[in-house]
Amino acid sequence: MGAYETSILTLVAINVILALSLNLISGLCGQVSLGHAAFFGVGAYATALLAKAGANLWLTLPAALLLAGVCGLVVGFCSLRVRDDFLAIATMAAGFLFLGVVRTSDALGGELGISQIPESGLEGFYPYFVVLCAVAAGVFCTWVKKSWLGYAFEAVSADETAARSLGIDTPRFKLAAFALGTGLAGVAGCLYAYYLGTVGVEAFGFPVSVMILAMVVIGGMGSIWGSVLAAALLTLAPEWFRFINDYKLLVFGLLLFVMMRFVPGGLFPLVLRQARRLRGEAAR
Amino acid sequence: MSLFLNLASQGLINGAVYALIAIGLAMVFGLLRILHIAHAGLFALGGYLGLVVTNATGSFALGLAVSMAVVAACGVLMYRLCYEPILEQPPYVPLIASVGMFLAIEELLRLVFGDHGLSYHVPPLAGAIDLGGMRIKYAEIAVVVMACVLLGGLALFATRTRIGMAWRATVSEPRMAASCGVSLRQVRHLNFAIGSAFAAAAGVMVGVLNNLVEPSMGAVPSYKALAIIVLGGLGNMGGTLVAALLLGLVEAFGATYLSNYLDRDSIAFAAMLCVLLVRPEGLFSGTKGSTGLLARKLQLKGAAKWVLTKRPS
Repeated sequence: MGAYETSILTLVAINVILALSLNLISGLCGQVSLGHAAFFGVGAYATALLAKAGANLWLTLPAALLLAGVCGLVVGFCSLRVRDDFLAIATMAAGFLFLGVVRTSDALGGELGISQIPESGLEGFYPYFVVLCAVAAGVFCTWVKKSWLGYAFEAVSADETAARSLGIDTPRFKLAAFALGTGLAGVAGCLYAYYLGTVGVEAFGFPVSVMILAMVVIGGMGSIWGSVLAAALLTLAPEWFRFINDYKLLVFGLLLFVMMRFVPGGLFPLVLRQARRLRGEAAR
Repeated sequence: MSLFLNLASQGLINGAVYALIAIGLAMVFGLLRILHIAHAGLFALGGYLGLVVTNATGSFALGLAVSMAVVAACGVLMYRLCYEPILEQPPYVPLIASVGMFLAIEELLRLVFGDHGLSYHVPPLAGAIDLGGMRIKYAEIAVVVMACVLLGGLALFATRTRIGMAWRATVSEPRMAASCGVSLRQVRHLNFAIGSAFAAAAGVMVGVLNNLVEPSMGAVPSYKALAIIVLGGLGNMGGTLVAALLLGLVEAFGATYLSNYLDRDSIAFAAMLCVLLVRPEGLFSGTKGSTGLLARKLQLKGAAKWVLTKRPS
């Protein structure tokens, strides 16, 4: 593989982790978050600072996970008080607050961000390490989804009041979803910081949060394979559209709109349904 | 003292712009419970149209009128083509569709008019007056007057006309209104038309204030407008109005006194998070008793009462 392919592969893997992490919160547990890029950013900035202070990958990765998870817990406490639209806007506000703090803080590099982050020390193996992490994240999410925790999440997502009256401690599970999801986003941030070697504010803004949510929704809320495929699709789409150059973002915006307009349930469930229908016809 | 007055007046002027943007968002949210991000696109489109028409014809009034009319039509079109078919979906579906449209409008403006934005050949409403040691531009006065006229007109329209009554009825009880013969579709069209026209007016005025329109001008005001409609209690017109003015003031003072810790744009969101933690339902979406109390205390009647309490007299 050439440098271009490995670079794209790494980016796809990072976005897959991001999509999976938001899928835990929004897809499985039903808490729509519009500020997910902030946790991605927390992980990336934590990694950048630690790596510049001399820590290696095996220290920065858990640190990014923990720090982002803790921030997620704090925002999760917000989610206990607000629901639905309010939650979406509160998480959006948390995202903007993160940007505001980073922009004005000299220790975090302000508008310029932090550059010259040391190498991960894995050399050519790094892209594969990122892919391994993505696979691990996928396995972890599958495990969560199949476990008792996942069933509780789905109950909270389907009907919070009903779940509560069945004796499910909904606040605790919402917090758990936030902590797990944001921790994973922190991992993605760590990998991103090493991948790019520099972190800047604009990589963690509102459009990125929306993009991650779009991956989850297009993949079908709660579907793990859907999230993976949609993340790959949305990361590669701008690359495919490279030949139309200036019109890239225009086409991308229209694509988002058209997807939501015509397949609001997500692409992956649609594909599954079609496949099942084909198989059904074949059996007959 | 003069710094205080200056900040207060700047805050109120910004608040007037926010109010014009946020009212449209609040109207859409109150009626359809959609977070209408593409409103920001309409705002930018309005700014561009006003500028282009003014530069071409030399008449600012014509530019403003054309911009409001065209953007109102675009708003209605957007509802018909995008929102109407996906109204039954969970709320994040229209949200993402809306973001997609916003991106598309922004890019379209960038492609047609270029990256760097445009300026007025002859800035309309140039000049300023001295008022007790403060220089206030004519454009700033115009913004405040326009906000008062448009929002006051909206309040009168909603309380004094049959169409306004139908609109209010639909907001508070869509099914009941429909069974009384109100066409939900027409009400929604009207809602989008008015909201979009207001956004266009705000866009034109921001363009005049900065003498610059650029493709990304919609982003930050519209995110702030989202914060405002939350602060005001989602879908509550009066609350939205008060919250917009408050936010303008908080920002003006915050940007001066807190600039070392937070940038101007995140002050709005910090304020919003604080409010949400204390009052998850927003500042002004009290129960019937408390809003009634507010109206009684202020001895309000008719339009003013409706604006502040959203309840007909």
